[in-house]
Amino acid sequence: MGFRDMKRRDLLSLIGTVAGSAVMYQAATSLGLAAETTYKGPIKLDGDAKGASILILGAGVAGLVAAIELRKAGYKVQVLEYREKAGGRSWSLRGGDTYTELGGFKQTVGFDKGLYINPGPWRIPYHHRAVLDYCHRYGVALEPFNQVNYNAYLHSAKAYGGKPQRFREIQADYHGHVAELLAKLTHQNALDGTVTKEDQEKLLESLRGWGGLDKNYAYAASLESSNVRGYEKAPGGGMNGAPVPSTPASLRDVMQGGLWRFLGMGLRDEFQSTIFQPVGGMDQFPTALAREVKDLIRFNTKVTEIHQDDHGVTVTYTDTVKGGAAQTAKADWCLCTIPLSVLSQIKLNVGPKMASAISAVPYEAAAKVGLQFKRRFWEQDEAIYGGISFTDLPIAMIGYPNSGYGSPGKGVLLGTYVFGAYAMEYTAMPPEERIKRALAYGAQIHPQYTKEFDTGVAVGWHRVPWTLGCHASWTEETRAAHYQDLCQVDGRIALAGEHASYITGWQEGAVLSSLDAITRLHQRVVTA
Amino acid sequence: MTIFKSFTVKAAGLTALLTALHVAVGVLPHPAHAQASDASSAAFASPRHFGQKDGAALYQAICQGCHMPDAKGATGAGTYPALAGNPNLEAAGYPVAMVVHGQKAMPPIGEFLDDDQVAAVVNYVRTHFGNHYTDTVTAADVKAAR
Repeated sequence: MGFRDMKRRDLLSLIGTVAGSAVMYQAATSLGLAAETTYKGPIKLDGDAKGASILILGAGVAGLVAAIELRKAGYKVQVLEYREKAGGRSWSLRGGDTYTELGGFKQTVGFDKGLYINPGPWRIPYHHRAVLDYCHRYGVALEPFNQVNYNAYLHSAKAYGGKPQRFREIQADYHGHVAELLAKLTHQNALDGTVTKEDQEKLLESLRGWGGLDKNYAYAASLESSNVRGYEKAPGGGMNGAPVPSTPASLRDVMQGGLWRFLGMGLRDEFQSTIFQPVGGMDQFPTALAREVKDLIRFNTKVTEIHQDDHGVTVTYTDTVKGGAAQTAKADWCLCTIPLSVLSQIKLNVGPKMASAISAVPYEAAAKVGLQFKRRFWEQDEAIYGGISFTDLPIAMIGYPNSGYGSPGKGVLLGTYVFGAYAMEYTAMPPEERIKRALAYGAQIHPQYTKEFDTGVAVGWHRVPWTLGCHASWTEETRAAHYQDLCQVDGRIALAGEHASYITGWQEGAVLSSLDAITRLHQRVVTA
Repeated sequence: MTIFKSFTVKAAGLTALLTALHVAVGVLPHPAHAQASDASSAAFASPRHFGQKDGAALYQAICQGCHMPDAKGATGAGTYPALAGNPNLEAAGYPVAMVVHGQKAMPPIGEFLDDDQVAAVVNYVRTHFGNHYTDTVTAADVKAAR
């Protein structure tokens, strides 16, 4: 879902932009962020399942993957799902949908046909190989998600007079000044003894190209710098085709403006190209998985108790639509993918270690606001095609649609995507107030907002009825104390989901966790 | 830690009530927001720290996200307990610990609030929504609980 831990990410952003991506990668690895996927290709559950049965709780991505694979391996599978459809947090809101959050606040989405937002996950990085493999195997069409758009904006109310700056200009000015400084030090022989003369020659050559320096190694108004940051008047054709260079901001303005803080995100392993999105909304992914196992899923089913003994697992549930008395489902084994925010409230007889782990993990606050405008002014007026503008305003970012470029009709932006204190404040507001706030803040970046706004929808994740929070929020301390206990099979019960992974908040974490849990369960069944 | 154990579902039967509270987008703001005191001016003060100072404003900016404007909680797949008429609020240390450290579905809020703010919001909840606990939590109490 994006930001796992704002503080850690801010730190990485700082390290990344100041020290360069190599140092940042090292730091990220030591913090457990940049590890390669452990996905080894399609799972092979060899050995006889001996007709064993399994109850899967939750038809989100983790539960669906498990249902597909366990049925293939010969299990009798039943899936119980609280929602009326599959997908869990992998979810899209499109025109005609109604969404009622906790507290009864109901929204009817007024978006035009084909327009949507993904309130939950919205990106699939190229190295999330498990999710991509399932997308490919089950026919989920993908298209590029532009993380970095050089022509989108970076904005701070406190910098550059509050005027949004193009990503391209800020990055060019930051790189250019750093390159000029390093070139100066090299020419002043400050690197002698540290860097050989031969390497200094190469360094100077690379700095000129990377930083857009002129022949005197200055970062100044020149065709070289404009070739990176853009021109005052771009090269054209005919009589007036000659370009006019643009003037870079001063080092002081670049440093004090602080917009360099936003440059690091797209450099990080998680957000490097290529990133994908399913064509038509993230829910196309779980929908494709659910098609494979639709006969196994019981919807509108609220689990109230999970009980295991020597013979099997009994799950008590109620039907949230039909009501009536509590019912039970029984199986030999249980894979529970219910978010810990909910599972921690369900009666469950696991050992004290797993029970402690289930209660130890809070869930992040997050908020997203989708805004439909009467025209795609960001494309028509500002040449922004997809990608993200970043700001220090409480909306944090504006995400532009990565499809339908140049469409003459309406368009939908992601007008807020925020975590932490701001997300809690958004969540505490009624949806219409969240939309008003998103509009007021966003208009500081795009004045067209005021005239062109049409309709919106807003999601505060702590009010999402099926999850009560965005995603699991682990710390180094809670990982050390509880993570292994959470992942360990307890009797006949195993847990899976993004919370049982080191890739929290990402679908890849849910899939890898699920594959790992069913592999270990299957080993027990085969060797029993 | 035993005080934590009883803080669970007390909101059965709320569903019908909540259904009656449906608010469509574009209709009037929720009444609880109309009476926000310093909430509007202090809103979104910082990504790291809430700007509201008084208990009512803090409740409206944070707590009602889950416990709802009327403090009656809400139920979906899991439940946010009602704070209205909640006997668990009798021991002041309990809500202080919950706000500061969190537990289960309740995230820790302490890092976003100073001691005075935690005391203010706990005192507000303990004296509103049908709660009538007259002993007051101080910033020193909160500091000791961190």
